[in-house]
Amino acid sequence: MSHPTTWRRPPQIVKSRFWRIALSLGALVYLTLALQSVDVNWTRVAEGMERGQRFIAGFLTPDFTTRWRDISQGLVESLTMTLTSTVAGIALSIPVGIGAARNIAPRWLHAICRSIIAVSRSLQEIIVAIFFVALFGFGAFAGFLTLTFATIGFIGKLLADDIEEIDAKQAEAIRATGASWWQLINYGVQPQVMPRLIGLSLYRLDINFRESAVIGIVGAGGIGGTLDTSLSRYEYGSAGAILLIIIAIVMASEYASSRMRGWLK
Amino acid sequence: MLSVENLTKTYRTGDKALSDVSFTVPAGQVVGLIGPSGAGKSTLIRCVNRLVEPSSGSVRLNDVDVTRLGARDLRRARRRIGMIFQEYALVERLTVMENVLSGRLGYVPFWRSFTRRFPPQDIQRAFALLDRVGLSAHADKRADALSGGQRQRVGIARALEQEPELLLIDEPTASLDPRTSRQIMRLITEICRESGLPAIINIHDVVLAQQFTDRIIGLQSGRVVFDGAPSALTDDVLTRIYGAEDWKAMHKAAA
Amino acid sequence: MNWQHRTPRARLALWGFWFATVALFVWCWGLMTERTMWVFVQDAPRAAADIGSRAWPPRWSYMEQLWQPLWDTLNIATLGTLLGVVMAVPLAFLAASNTTPSRLVLRPAALLLIVASRSINSLIWALLLVSILGPGLLAGIIAIAFRSVGFVGKLLYEAIEETDVRQIEAVTATGAGPAQVLHYAIVPQVLPTFLGISVFRWDINIRESAILGLVGAGGLGMQLQASLNVLAWPQVLMICIVILGTVIASEWVSGKVRRALI
Repeated sequence: MSHPTTWRRPPQIVKSRFWRIALSLGALVYLTLALQSVDVNWTRVAEGMERGQRFIAGFLTPDFTTRWRDISQGLVESLTMTLTSTVAGIALSIPVGIGAARNIAPRWLHAICRSIIAVSRSLQEIIVAIFFVALFGFGAFAGFLTLTFATIGFIGKLLADDIEEIDAKQAEAIRATGASWWQLINYGVQPQVMPRLIGLSLYRLDINFRESAVIGIVGAGGIGGTLDTSLSRYEYGSAGAILLIIIAIVMASEYASSRMRGWLK
Repeated sequence: MLSVENLTKTYRTGDKALSDVSFTVPAGQVVGLIGPSGAGKSTLIRCVNRLVEPSSGSVRLNDVDVTRLGARDLRRARRRIGMIFQEYALVERLTVMENVLSGRLGYVPFWRSFTRRFPPQDIQRAFALLDRVGLSAHADKRADALSGGQRQRVGIARALEQEPELLLIDEPTASLDPRTSRQIMRLITEICRESGLPAIINIHDVVLAQQFTDRIIGLQSGRVVFDGAPSALTDDVLTRIYGAEDWKAMHKAAA
Repeated sequence: MNWQHRTPRARLALWGFWFATVALFVWCWGLMTERTMWVFVQDAPRAAADIGSRAWPPRWSYMEQLWQPLWDTLNIATLGTLLGVVMAVPLAFLAASNTTPSRLVLRPAALLLIVASRSINSLIWALLLVSILGPGLLAGIIAIAFRSVGFVGKLLYEAIEETDVRQIEAVTATGAGPAQVLHYAIVPQVLPTFLGISVFRWDINIRESAILGLVGAGGLGMQLQASLNVLAWPQVLMICIVILGTVIASEWVSGKVRRALI
């Protein structure tokens, strides 16, 4: 009895031969077209290399002192913006989240809250920030509104999904005691989603700080504006200092929030 | 032939898993290794192919001291030692054939395994082994699509694809139902007898061990407390290995 | 006897926590709004109505000039993701505790690179790179790549660390070399996760590349900046509609692909 001496691994993802070839060809054509669309100005890049070196040098020998007033001003704005917008965002996202949970909210409320969440999630922070700056003027207040708005979408969605996944039996047991809707939320839902909500809030605090460092670029206050200014003046020492501060705060807050989440479990 | 001499393993935590274990296994002998959980059975068979590094003592396979080999020679030694695992340990997302062919990894250069271009005789042997364990129809299926008993058969085929000089078998039946367990044990012992392959089977089930092995070694807190024929495994010996228990009930249930 | 939900001490702590939060909020609010011009804020509803009336209807004909930037945006996201993934894979293997060749030097170095990449938003990367390389697609692609390295690298190295050790042990026991163990035991286990992460990151990158142009890194954002500068609100609205459509489309595609991968 003889056995075959060749074996080919059967295709795992795309089973049809035609589609495999078509997809690879398509990918190849796309890549060539895409790469062609990138026209690089090499003389500009060569000039840039020298500037790149200066930037790396600036990053390695950061200059905290020259622009310290601007930096500290931006930092204070970023940090206060982060905190206030997280608190306000969570406070607003709780009713939105409850309203968006299909299992406890009436249908019309569900539709409204889900659309609020959808709008907030699909608009980027930066674009929202541009509009708020146009409406409320430059500064941290526009940034605060932007981050609050983004927080509502983020926490609201996750909270609503969480509530929809709660153990229906526990809620039913509370309802069976003749509890009102408010009592149902308080006894049947809150204990189940509270730990997750706290975790999410800490996570969002983290994200809000990162975002607060960015929206300043379009004038919504915070450290991003300071960074933008120092880069446009080619002050790489100050820019390096700002980046180091951002990295340090992000790392510290990530560490702290993971510690706290571990501790809350 | 395998000979283990004064094998000792102390973990970094200070736990002594094995102390001064010695025995030899001649060609063609199927040895059952029994003992309570934590007696060091699993550590012992892993010390043979140095998945666990022994602290002292030697392991000789056909006059090569496995404990003294460098990384490259260790891989050469390992490819001659087939191993079968408790929960099959197949690479779940690869096909059955790739799992069997992975038994040749120690023999082929990286480019061949990378491009899946194994030599024709390796592929032929793999098909023959799949046929032997009754899985020829499943070669192209993914390993995670098979049942427990089928997966263990793939595990056996993978070990045999290595053309081993020794089989190390770690709890082959722990995750299988009684009927499949017996089929797997029968398959393993048949294969060992067919080709005169020595094997060490680390096994929980005393009754299965007695029925299918040629010799039994009893391990208790890292020491050999029994080494003899399955028929010599009296209630006294079982008590020495496992501690006091009414063994009659077990015999009665088995009979 | 009185039944109480919490011990007095726990209640005190809870009240303390709420009080501290409110106090902190008020203090931060004061600091933050020190320089806010409340005149503008009060004027906001009127300004909103004004902008709204001027932006409507969106300038549909402007679409003709948006196809090229849209194509650029797509390319920035895709090429940036590819470049980022290529850099992230070796970093992830260096950073995972079970595959790293050196625990003392390379692992911390790889982790540091991953963290640095993650802490800096792609818009900031773009700001830097535009300042260094000049405006254009290249700066955008590299900015997207630099941000993606950390994201893909972190999720991938966590996936590598969570691989099933028994499968690795089994392949090692056959006498396979380190490269073969990597390829036969670890890669099959992390491949679906890896593809899922990459597609997910591509989806995020489409969003981000749409706005990178604000700082000069090419794509739709550049048109947005140009239109904002001349206060051409109907064009701004049109660009926002295009961005929104692209984001929704990319989310749909990535969802489809990720479901097909599982």
